[in-house]
Amino acid sequence: MTTAVVTTEAPSEQAVVPTTQARRGRRPSRANRPVGGAGAGVLLWGYAALALVPLLLMVSNSFRTNADLITDPLGLPTPPTVDSYVEAWTTGNFATYFGNSLAVTVGAVAISTAVATMAAYALARGRSRIFRWLESLFLSGLMLPIHLAILPIFYLFDGLGLIDSRLGLMLMYAASGIPFSIFVLTTFFRQLPEELEEAAALDGASSWQTFWRIMVPLVRPALATVAVFRFVPIWNDFLFPLVLLRREEKYTLPVGLTNFFGENATNYSAVFAGLVITTIPLILLFLVATKQIVAGLTAGMAK
Amino acid sequence: MRRRTGLVFVAPALALFAVFVLYPMVTAFSYAFFQWQGTTRGEFAGAQNFVTLFTRAPFTTDLPQALLHNVLFFLGTMLIQNTFGLTIAYLLYSRPRSRRMLQTLYAMPYLVSPIVIGYLWTLLLSPTFGPVNTLLTKVGLESWALPWLGDPKTAIWVVILVSVWQWIGFPVLLYGAALGGVPEELTEAARVDGATNRQAFFKITLPLLVPAIGTVSVLTFIFAMEAFALPYAFGGSTGNPAGATDFVSLLFYRTAFDSGATDAIGSSSALATLLFLIIFGGAYAATAVLRRHERRITA
Repeated sequence: MTTAVVTTEAPSEQAVVPTTQARRGRRPSRANRPVGGAGAGVLLWGYAALALVPLLLMVSNSFRTNADLITDPLGLPTPPTVDSYVEAWTTGNFATYFGNSLAVTVGAVAISTAVATMAAYALARGRSRIFRWLESLFLSGLMLPIHLAILPIFYLFDGLGLIDSRLGLMLMYAASGIPFSIFVLTTFFRQLPEELEEAAALDGASSWQTFWRIMVPLVRPALATVAVFRFVPIWNDFLFPLVLLRREEKYTLPVGLTNFFGENATNYSAVFAGLVITTIPLILLFLVATKQIVAGLTAGMAK
Repeated sequence: MRRRTGLVFVAPALALFAVFVLYPMVTAFSYAFFQWQGTTRGEFAGAQNFVTLFTRAPFTTDLPQALLHNVLFFLGTMLIQNTFGLTIAYLLYSRPRSRRMLQTLYAMPYLVSPIVIGYLWTLLLSPTFGPVNTLLTKVGLESWALPWLGDPKTAIWVVILVSVWQWIGFPVLLYGAALGGVPEELTEAARVDGATNRQAFFKITLPLLVPAIGTVSVLTFIFAMEAFALPYAFGGSTGNPAGATDFVSLLFYRTAFDSGATDAIGSSSALATLLFLIIFGGAYAATAVLRRHERRITA
């Protein structure tokens, strides 16, 4: 978070091993009798409901009319209407915000993953002491609360003419994702046998060919983890676009939402639609890539 | 890999990282030690900007209040995640069939933007049409149907509880991963020796979870000290109502971008530096204690 941004990145000096592997295959049946019986089951599913119901209410209310929401706060969308979506998407400018968020996030993740993969490969394989030093430098970024540097970043952007620029925001996010990406990817590159490169070199492959044709395909699962996991905090980030963007046509979703909420605080159904529009890509991402997200969340923990 | 080739591979990442992360971080500190007139940097100011934080209004009232809210936020989160969250993780661990599904459900709010979560709960808790108060009234708890976010006494607790609601899937997930690392032979052996589930948990599992709890606590601390987007969604940049939901990051934002003070850059940079020292110091101290504990349990 945005906060999610930095918080999910473990300030950890611990060595990382992919967790799921360590956990698998050690599960004797006897010790795994459900602890706590039926009461515990009720607690677990009850809390699952508490976690989910507010999000379901958000979706359900977005398919209702404003008048309906006010007269019957506990009602259901019968019949459902998409009017609020049409309103948010067109007059509420969410189409613009959505496009901006998508462009900035996808661009940042692509740049960040590309440069971090190259760097991680060199850091994992380089023998010179300078690579150890560079690796510590990058990993120190895991500990830096980058949001606290917003003021110098603002003046840096001002000097570079990047204020109110989606490209600037994209580069900023790409840079801030580098430590986490390098942290995960160096671990994976180190697990690959060096014989692979030696064989490639014997066959006359250049460093770049070895990297691109042989090593990158082998770390594809880690690339997926890094890309998917970085997507979330960038998509959700609020402070950078709040400070670095000026005009509404450049806003990303969180700032656009704030803008919309400020002007339409009583148009509840349209606000609900805006909340859903902002959230939908993450829910979709979570459903198709649960494994990668969980791996990212636990990356700093595994020992 | 040859050294020169390696450096070519590292160069793009290093350039981006240096320009957009390292350079701003380093200058952020230097800003705090100079006098500022608007955007013009004056002479070296020593600790003057820091003194301002403790002697001049509005800092003298806003900073202690905001810091108190950050601390409450941290303590509240810690309390709930290490009792309720840990219990949930432990109960889940013995249910391999429903575990993945439930972990996913718990983690769902964690992925949603804090801005969305803040507005969502603002609407759900609305005194006029919010479903929460309507439900409370329907089941005969009219006295509980309060203007939760309008009253300074309750607003901060709403922010804290909503944040815990959003965050808790994360510790549950990490505790789950840590439980996977507790050797089954140990708890198994204890049970063979006649220990109950409860005894096995408190005497064996829990002590082995301390490193995980420690790591999660450090992350929670950083998260709590940086809280910005969620309180912004609830109370705007001024922490409405009446500063009841103010946090240090909001105060920093107001000072830097909204205050109009001529030395705004100096004092807000001092505030950022102070917050950084709190975060870094706290995280560093906790990690040091943790390492010592780890050496003890592995020795």
